Amino acid sequence: MFDASGQIARSAGGTMMPLRVHQLGLCVEGNTLLQGIDLTLSSGGCTVIMGPNGAGKSLFLRALHGLIEPTCGSIDWNGLPAAEATRHQSLIFQKPVLLRRSVLANVEFVLKARGLDRSDALAVLEHVGLAHKARQPARLLSGGEQQRLALARALATRPKVLLMDEPTASLDPAATRAIETVVAGACANGLRVILVSHDIGQARRMADDVVFLNAGSIAEHQSSNDFFDQPKSAAARDFLAGRIPA
Amino acid sequence: MQSIGEAFSIAIALVLSGDSDLLAIVFLSLYVSVTATLIACLLGFPLGALVATRRFRGRGVLLVVMNALMGLPPVVVGLLVYLHLSRAGPLGFLGLLYTPTAMIIAQTILIMPIVAALSRQVLEDLHGEYAEQFRSLSLTPIQTIQALVWDGRFALLTVALAGFGRAVAEVGAVMIVGGNIDHLTRVMTTAIALETSKGNLGLALGLGIVLMVIALGVNAAVHGLRLTARRHAYV
Repeated sequence: MFDASGQIARSAGGTMMPLRVHQLGLCVEGNTLLQGIDLTLSSGGCTVIMGPNGAGKSLFLRALHGLIEPTCGSIDWNGLPAAEATRHQSLIFQKPVLLRRSVLANVEFVLKARGLDRSDALAVLEHVGLAHKARQPARLLSGGEQQRLALARALATRPKVLLMDEPTASLDPAATRAIETVVAGACANGLRVILVSHDIGQARRMADDVVFLNAGSIAEHQSSNDFFDQPKSAAARDFLAGRIPA
Repeated sequence: MQSIGEAFSIAIALVLSGDSDLLAIVFLSLYVSVTATLIACLLGFPLGALVATRRFRGRGVLLVVMNALMGLPPVVVGLLVYLHLSRAGPLGFLGLLYTPTAMIIAQTILIMPIVAALSRQVLEDLHGEYAEQFRSLSLTPIQTIQALVWDGRFALLTVALAGFGRAVAEVGAVMIVGGNIDHLTRVMTTAIALETSKGNLGLALGLGIVLMVIALGVNAAVHGLRLTARRHAYV
């Protein structure tokens, strides 16, 4: 389950990268929610998708994961369409969806569902610091612990890509750091991470590159340093400066 | 005709003495109704889960039919089962009429729509919460249904209880297909009806007391289980 560096080993087989998104669009009941998205992501590192509320970040992430069928355009994960790539990925939601079972049983469930060895569940919980709560009901954990359990569950399936939708939005700094530490470790070990966040501090800590979405379109895509030092778009400059749009 | 006071005294004495006739009737009632409930749950939970989780042509019609069948009149069910199991009926060769098996069949038909419709509601609510996570995990439909039924187990217990309550209190269908034969197909409700008509209120009341105690006991047990489950955030 774990490699020499103490990280959860990635599944065997080819990479899911590069990701190629071409002219992606999504319309629901006449409303355009995503439009004209072109994006290419290469392997390795952490991409942070940023943008104001309503920019379409979560929708875009769900489309990448195959949970939403786009109205137009294409998503290509190294030859696989999004719907078929889902089983090679894990998605962590902003509000963790935990089963009405014990902490341990939550991890065992996903291992069994993916045909993996259930005896690894405790080791995965140890990895995120929850082994001592293995027998407790999952839904009685604190918010931070629940999200760590969701992270354990996501990593347990040995995904090739980890997608996260504002996983620390409602957590305090200590709980946020606990999540970021585990994710950074997995990322350093080669796991491809795509993180949606509107927390500028978190994006600075985690991002190798930043995709900035505004009003359903990509306003810019730059390396993290360039994005924070010299944002190209007015929307990103306003966002980083904390200016409220009129 | 006994006075109400006399009837109560006789009833209490019968219950406390463990009268063999009374016990035979009680055990047969429980055997028939518990078996019917188990079969109805085995069929109704997966059906409810299927309708809760899948979208297919005719789903709306099926929902209406399932809900409508919750109010099936027991005597109509009894009559239909009778017509099928009677010697001239399509299943007459089985020789099941006036047996506990016929009563189990009738009660299963009666409560299966209740179990299916109520479990559909329970599991649809749960599925609304889990659906995106399950799709993210690429679960198969079977895995989804198994997970929903397991996680909804405490709510489904209440559904099963509603089915059992309907079965054990039902008189019309079991009277028609069972025939209320002493020591063979006589259950609490049919015995109460018979003994009341004979003026033997003691035995009728004794059976009524047992019926009430069973209903209260089962409800209390399930309520306790649900409280425990709630403490663990499992409901």
